Amino acid sequence: MIDDYSAPATQQTTTSNHSAHVAGHIVPVRVLLTVCLVLLVLTLTTVAATWVDLDGLNLWIALAIATLKASLVALYFMHLRYDSPFNAFVLITALVFVMIFVGLALMDTLEYQPTIEWQEASALQRR
Amino acid sequence: MPDTGVGEPHAAHEHPPHLAHHFETPAQQFASGKLGMWLFLATEILLFGGLFCAYAVYRANHPEIFDVGHRFLNKYLGGVNTLVLILSSFTMATAVYCAQRSLQKELRVCLALTLLGGGIFMAIKYVEYHDKWKHGLLWGTRYEPHMDEPGHAHDQVKSEHTSGVGGSAEPSIQAPATAAASAPATQTAADERSTIAPATIGPRGLTELPDEESTAEHPTPRQVHNVHIFFGIYFVMTGLHGLHVLAGMAVIVWLLIRAHRGHFGAAYFAPVDLGGLYWHLVDMIWIFLFPMLYLIR
Amino acid sequence: MFTPATGDNYLNHTRGIGSWLVTLDHKRIGVMYLVSILAMFMLGGLFGLLVRTELLTPGPTITDNPDTYNQFFTLHGVIMIFLVIIPGIPAALGNFVLPIMLGAKDVAFPRLNLCSYYLYVAGALLALGSLAAGGLDTGWTLYAPYSTQTKSAVFVVAAAAFILGFSSIFTGLNFIVTIHKLRPPGMGWFQLPLFLWSLYATAVIQILATPVLAITLLLLVAERTLGIGIFDPSLGGDPVLFQHFFWFYSHPAVYIMILPGMGIVSELISTHSHKHIFGYRAIAYSSVAIALFGFLVWGHHMFVSGQSDLVSMIFSALTFSVAIPSAIKVFNWLATMYKGSISLNTPMLYGLSFIFLFGIGGLTGLFLGALATDVHLHSTYFVVAHFHYTMMGGTMIAFIGGIHHWWPKITGRLYSQLWGRFACILIFLGFNLTFFTQFIMGSRGMPRRYYDYKELLPYHPEFHALHAASTIGAYALAIGLMLTAVYLLHSLFRGRRAPANPWGGSTLEWQCSSPPPHDNFATPPPVGDPYDFEGIEYDLQAGGYVRHAPEGPARVTTPGDE
Repeated sequence: MIDDYSAPATQQTTTSNHSAHVAGHIVPVRVLLTVCLVLLVLTLTTVAATWVDLDGLNLWIALAIATLKASLVALYFMHLRYDSPFNAFVLITALVFVMIFVGLALMDTLEYQPTIEWQEASALQRR
Repeated sequence: MPDTGVGEPHAAHEHPPHLAHHFETPAQQFASGKLGMWLFLATEILLFGGLFCAYAVYRANHPEIFDVGHRFLNKYLGGVNTLVLILSSFTMATAVYCAQRSLQKELRVCLALTLLGGGIFMAIKYVEYHDKWKHGLLWGTRYEPHMDEPGHAHDQVKSEHTSGVGGSAEPSIQAPATAAASAPATQTAADERSTIAPATIGPRGLTELPDEESTAEHPTPRQVHNVHIFFGIYFVMTGLHGLHVLAGMAVIVWLLIRAHRGHFGAAYFAPVDLGGLYWHLVDMIWIFLFPMLYLIR
Repeated sequence: MFTPATGDNYLNHTRGIGSWLVTLDHKRIGVMYLVSILAMFMLGGLFGLLVRTELLTPGPTITDNPDTYNQFFTLHGVIMIFLVIIPGIPAALGNFVLPIMLGAKDVAFPRLNLCSYYLYVAGALLALGSLAAGGLDTGWTLYAPYSTQTKSAVFVVAAAAFILGFSSIFTGLNFIVTIHKLRPPGMGWFQLPLFLWSLYATAVIQILATPVLAITLLLLVAERTLGIGIFDPSLGGDPVLFQHFFWFYSHPAVYIMILPGMGIVSELISTHSHKHIFGYRAIAYSSVAIALFGFLVWGHHMFVSGQSDLVSMIFSALTFSVAIPSAIKVFNWLATMYKGSISLNTPMLYGLSFIFLFGIGGLTGLFLGALATDVHLHSTYFVVAHFHYTMMGGTMIAFIGGIHHWWPKITGRLYSQLWGRFACILIFLGFNLTFFTQFIMGSRGMPRRYYDYKELLPYHPEFHALHAASTIGAYALAIGLMLTAVYLLHSLFRGRRAPANPWGGSTLEWQCSSPPPHDNFATPPPVGDPYDFEGIEYDLQAGGYVRHAPEGPARVTTPGDE
């Protein structure tokens, strides 16, 4: 793995080599601003998408847009695009394991058979 | 090839002040800090992942609970909160930029704006929670949905219904146009000073969804049970997220204090960067929470 | 107290209890963990003895209250699992050995390390505080809906486990960053000793699994205090969901327990056979495979809970696959011993015990992983025996073996091999008597967590004798462990001073003095194959092993050398 802090830094106003070595890559403000605007637009899109009723597809569209937004935050705001790839690997691994957890638990509960009448919770009924 | 950074000898005369003794170079220290923070963020993702699992399980098995429950959430307030957090993420990333460029004043401004964003988020959250509390839209055994305080006429509720969407800053109970239209003629005449909701118009009434067999003239409502589960999940997810926002705000306050003292610059900005990573994670989690809770339909 | 070692080392570098309480030295933190964990082991063992004593005779033996018995086994489980075995090897031995084996000065985040230790102490105090709060009787597994409704100290124990979880997470975080970023020049991934591979794999599990325990406990507490209704059926919740949440952490947790133990065994077997480990890469990859596969099998704890058939079948099939990497390791250890020059020192005896006992434990896991047999064996003593063979016969034996292996390094003292071997054999025999009988009982239907077996005796009269034998074995085991404590403590005062390399080990920690200097290594040490025993010979004058470099003088680093 290449240590990206060995690359010469750009846009530096520092004096010593040591500090330039640490500052490493700096994301330009215009990139940050662009990403921010895209995120705002995507947010409005997500809300607008609820005005169109596509039944079950709504959830997946919303999650897809959310995933896109989260990716932009991770890549640019959180610097993953310019970082050591292992950091991104850590993030992806965490997400994969969440999906394993949710996936298998969901697979189980979706197999629930309707053998019991869904009752109003008795504790509430007593009130 | 080990990625331990440049292997320069640990010269005594050129020891950067922020370099801990067990690291060889500042670059190694910074890269270690970053990896450490990403590992911590991974644990936070797994923490909220458990809640996403609970959400998925209950929503998959009882979509009607979520369908009914989410109508009490104001998606416009939630949307504003999303925009606020995104903007605060932007100001946080800009703060890191300022630290890297040693722009001290701009750094403080950006941190302050991020803090402000967090504050606005929590304020809107408070408004939402307060509204739920007022209307008894809470979890478990505390789920006792009721109308506004005594004195509010049942007429007001009816007019809110027919207007369809509650767009006021203080969200009231929204009724989708369909429910209002199909509100059966069985609604009882109510005393104007009564605090007891008429059977088919109050939140309880919204839980009566018509069956496929029902018609406009002869509706046969199907009772939706256990709507409180939606609110349990809602409060745990947004509550835990809110706690993380507060923790993030505390971190930013600490960064602001240190920035005031001039601790940060191009040579040393790791705390700003790492604190920023945490803040961005909080934003990322909300990016998922918002559609999952507020935009169900 | 005991005479400190000559020369400047980490023990006498600074003095006074204050310097220990705020230390950032990983070696001191490791020692503090070791003392705390062994103290908790004694306490958990005491509860275990209470359980066994109660079962010595049918009917009430030492208590006539079944709830008290429930508290015995619950506290035994909670203390042993959360306070001894999960932190155990990584915190006590890993903290001490990892940076030195790596050739680093310390872990990546020393302050976080100290924080981990204090979180451990806080969790331990809370867990013990539960005794004062009326005790816990749900079993360590805290299943809903009993745990959401019982009046016993669920909140306190859940809070304790929550805090201990963070201690575990921070340790894992520290180890991953240390191994990634603080390696010396020349040490690639495949020059790492296998103990470090196992600690790395363990740390990955700690990072990924423990947060799910945290959210489970949080939801349990929320259920109890706020009544949110997510697990409790009387509030519309799903109790099987609790089990999914709980076991998503708790199954990988058992790999947190066993992986470091396997890492230690790799070191014990190769060092005391004076032979290069066989199948280095296979063992390294197996560690990572176990860590990852361990996340895919949690449902095998839930075969009879109401889990769907589809998912039960998936989990059963995956459970069989997770046995494969463990088996690979066992074969590699055996191959390492073949044609090795085996010294039957105490650590080696513990290593051999591990292979035998973990072999039995692992194989009996397959009975439990098969759906058809698990229906009969679930919640019987067969399960109890299985996890004691793996957790105690595996992890604890490896832990004690590791303590004996690194004792000279940590304390600078040698202990009596005669007593060490004797105690090891007594522990081995006592252990087997205690738990093998439980396999027999369990397969014949003796349920676990039962206060009394009087009603079963007409159908299974052998249960009385088997329970009695198990209890006697438990006492023998306890005596063996006490004996270990006695001669180890004795060595602190009267033991012979240890040379740098008493066993002839080839890994880096044997190149610094016993005890090590404060900074471990003044300059990063030269790195090569960690299992290269070439040229390591016993030197009478040094009183230990030295490595004779091909071109001449012995290469041992002591403080003051440069």
